[in-house]
Amino acid sequence: MNTVLRTEGVSKAFGGVQALDEASIEVAPGSIAGLIGPNGSGKTTLFNVITGYERADSGQVYLNGTAITNLPPERVFALGIGRTFQLTRIFPSMTVLENMLIAAQHREGSRNPFARAGGAASRRHATELLEFTGIASHARALAGTLSYGQRKLLELSYVLAADPDIVLLDEPAGGVNPSLIKHIAQRVRDLNAAGKTFLIVEHNMDFVMGLCDPITVLDYGRVIASGSAEQVRNDPRVLDAYLGADDSADDESVEQGSASA
Amino acid sequence: MTGDATLAPLSVWTIAGRIGWPASNLLLVAALVAFPLVFTNPAVTTDAIDILIFVAMAAAWNTFSGYTGYISLGHMVFFGCGAYFTAIATLDWGLTGSGVFWLLPLAGLLGGVIAIPFGLVALRVRRHTFVVITIAVVFIFQQMAYNFGVTHGSSGINTPVFNFDPATYNNPFYYVGLVIAVATVAASWVIRRSRYGLQLRAIRDDEDRARGLGVQAMRVKIGALAFSAIPLGAVGGLYWLTTYTIQPPYAFNPLWDLTIALMAFLGGLGTVWGPVLGAVLVEGAQLYFFPQTGGSYLYYLVYGGLFLFVILGMPRGLIPTAAELIEKVQARLSREPPLAAAVSDGEIDAEIAGGTPAAVRAGESA
Amino acid sequence: MSAFMQAITDGILGGSVYALMAAGLTLIFGVMDIINIAQGILVVLAAYLSYALSVHLHLDPLLGLAITVPMMFALGTFIQWAFIGRLRGRERTAMSLLASYGVAILIEGILYQIFSGTPVSLQPYAWYSTATIHVFGFYLADIYLIGFGLAAVALAAIYLMLYRTKFGRSIRAIVQDRTAARLIGIDVNRVAALTFGIGVAVTALGGAVFGLTNTFNPDSGYDLISRLLSIIIVGGMGSIGGAAAAALFMVTSEELVNLWRPQWATAVYYVAIVIVLVVRPRGAFGRREARAQ
Repeated sequence: MNTVLRTEGVSKAFGGVQALDEASIEVAPGSIAGLIGPNGSGKTTLFNVITGYERADSGQVYLNGTAITNLPPERVFALGIGRTFQLTRIFPSMTVLENMLIAAQHREGSRNPFARAGGAASRRHATELLEFTGIASHARALAGTLSYGQRKLLELSYVLAADPDIVLLDEPAGGVNPSLIKHIAQRVRDLNAAGKTFLIVEHNMDFVMGLCDPITVLDYGRVIASGSAEQVRNDPRVLDAYLGADDSADDESVEQGSASA
Repeated sequence: MTGDATLAPLSVWTIAGRIGWPASNLLLVAALVAFPLVFTNPAVTTDAIDILIFVAMAAAWNTFSGYTGYISLGHMVFFGCGAYFTAIATLDWGLTGSGVFWLLPLAGLLGGVIAIPFGLVALRVRRHTFVVITIAVVFIFQQMAYNFGVTHGSSGINTPVFNFDPATYNNPFYYVGLVIAVATVAASWVIRRSRYGLQLRAIRDDEDRARGLGVQAMRVKIGALAFSAIPLGAVGGLYWLTTYTIQPPYAFNPLWDLTIALMAFLGGLGTVWGPVLGAVLVEGAQLYFFPQTGGSYLYYLVYGGLFLFVILGMPRGLIPTAAELIEKVQARLSREPPLAAAVSDGEIDAEIAGGTPAAVRAGESA
Repeated sequence: MSAFMQAITDGILGGSVYALMAAGLTLIFGVMDIINIAQGILVVLAAYLSYALSVHLHLDPLLGLAITVPMMFALGTFIQWAFIGRLRGRERTAMSLLASYGVAILIEGILYQIFSGTPVSLQPYAWYSTATIHVFGFYLADIYLIGFGLAAVALAAIYLMLYRTKFGRSIRAIVQDRTAARLIGIDVNRVAALTFGIGVAVTALGGAVFGLTNTFNPDSGYDLISRLLSIIIVGGMGSIGGAAAAALFMVTSEELVNLWRPQWATAVYYVAIVIVLVVRPRGAFGRREARAQ
């Protein structure tokens, strides 16, 4: 199977904590893959390794067959991976439109760095994306004045602006109200229908189960299951990881897990 | 107001804006060119040269520190090296006339070249470590100037008198200073509205995020540092030409680093005209209130106090603060709410439910 | 060879006082994420305080520490409260650094106004400032030995405070995680202010020893702060042990280079910064830094 994104045996430790343990995942082109696991299972760390924000201790990362392990973030982006952050990161002192223009820069034909920022084509494209996600009316507003939900949409917009081969979403449904979650899920489906590949980390089970296939499950940094939503939901190892064997502490995480939105 | 929301603070001079930006800039430059022909008193032109030097320094400093957010208190390194280079070359090559001005671009280039290893080493760390390094480096260069023979140690290198017409002796220096200052401000403006400037500002807001969007942060930062170093090297040379001598504590003067930072902060960090305004105000005031330098150390108190006042009370500087006030007044006059109103999630739900991106909503200007 | 050994002992003994001053600086950084650029000029101020006490009250500079230490502590707390602590917002770290720079310039101006630029020294006011002990063929200056002793005691006191007292625990908690510390009820602002006071109080001792071994004027602050900054970068910002080790190392290196090529002696600090930044930006004992941001 040819894959867009593949990690092979990626391991990463922070001091005494093994955050990733021989993690191997695959994302097929045109799919919406999901990555779930209890808190601390290494999901965001894996994203960080893939996108170059952390160095892998061992293992490889492949994008369309090319090894991209340990390349710096700007190179990974240029090669075609876009990524959002768990705690939404935007450029607060710049306008929404300018936020978009930064991501779109390497698509612009002109190589002249002193050319005026944002030619007409870039602006059009940026505005289209903003309309698609629904925040076009705020194009002139400073990004710092946006609400949390709007920032999430902005981050999604500008990641798309670069037209990456694969989009990594880190908890896109975190901390937003249900109608916005539905909106985001629908946008992801629309983009996927047009051919975009996604890899999504999420705690919100409804969101993941309804959207992603296949779903990979991490626990303590290793992959413990992978398959369709149906398979994963019923896999005893997955239930184990979330419910835990003996720990009463894990009982709490069950309550949190099922109530998480 | 025309243009992007971000340019709004810059077009605060809407009165000037009425006759159009390019026209008012040209008028300004024309006035500056005519200045020494009208005010022929050499004391006045000497002061004007001082102000031009600080305008160039503050504008150049702002092009790096203001746009990237990496506050540097080490730009005197470039200034001092430019000054010493010019001094040594002038004497070694026996330059006595206008040939001396050809040294200034070289002095600037020297600054730019020094900036590159400087940046490669110093820009790999967090911002406050960076400031620390820049502070230490200025003083260390000062020490080296004391200790190495080529710079004549503490006795310094004296400036010869050049063979210009004594009646208008200052004028050639004034015009050279004007060229440097205008070029620096112009370059600052070009950079700010360019793609390069967008990247710099993104680095300022969130460097890691910018890198994740393809901005090659290290390259961009070093480039900006080198750009900002060139005018400083050049005016360092000009400074030596217009003063009596150059000595280590004046070539690498930490107080001047603070001064140009103060000028940029006062006027508006990260704006194009802010440093210019700050330089004119601060240097103008200093020349007016403290005519002789080095006599009294009262201006340490004034600068320190003023700096604290700006940092604590008005950190965004005069131009953005004034621009905000003007916007508020204008908004109240035309009964429109301010441009960037915080919107709630509820409104975005309405947008989604309505299915159409709201083009113009009540009270919001597109 | 004996000149070599002499340089090393001078370096270690002299470096101990720098170790103490750097420890104060790095403690402030660790707790408050602030680099107190004024530390250098505060040492000079403390030296001038000792000077004023010696001249007007005929008080021995080291005995005068009983007065100057509390005074500097109070001054430090005041600076924190009046200036640094008032800064809020995203750019707080950079702004507080600039604010402390402004304070430094202000203090320098005040010193110039009161004392003028004429170099002075504490040496005439202490009989022991030029006395030496002759031991194993070395001449150990009394003042360096006393300085070393006092610095060692002060560093030990700081160490004990950090690890044996409740207050010290609060400090360590804040260093690890400011928000978590707040959540468990630590009054971060108060601890921060007191820590700033402690960090500045150590300059009293530094100032006394500095004044007893050098002539100084208000301009001397730059030299001091450059060295201190270099020391904490090499040792790792936030690590007291690192600051102490780096101080001993740097000052000793300076003494050794001074034997070989005097004009390169102060370049040692610059070279060390460059090497550290290229090889290991977090310094010898520093915490792992986030990427440049």
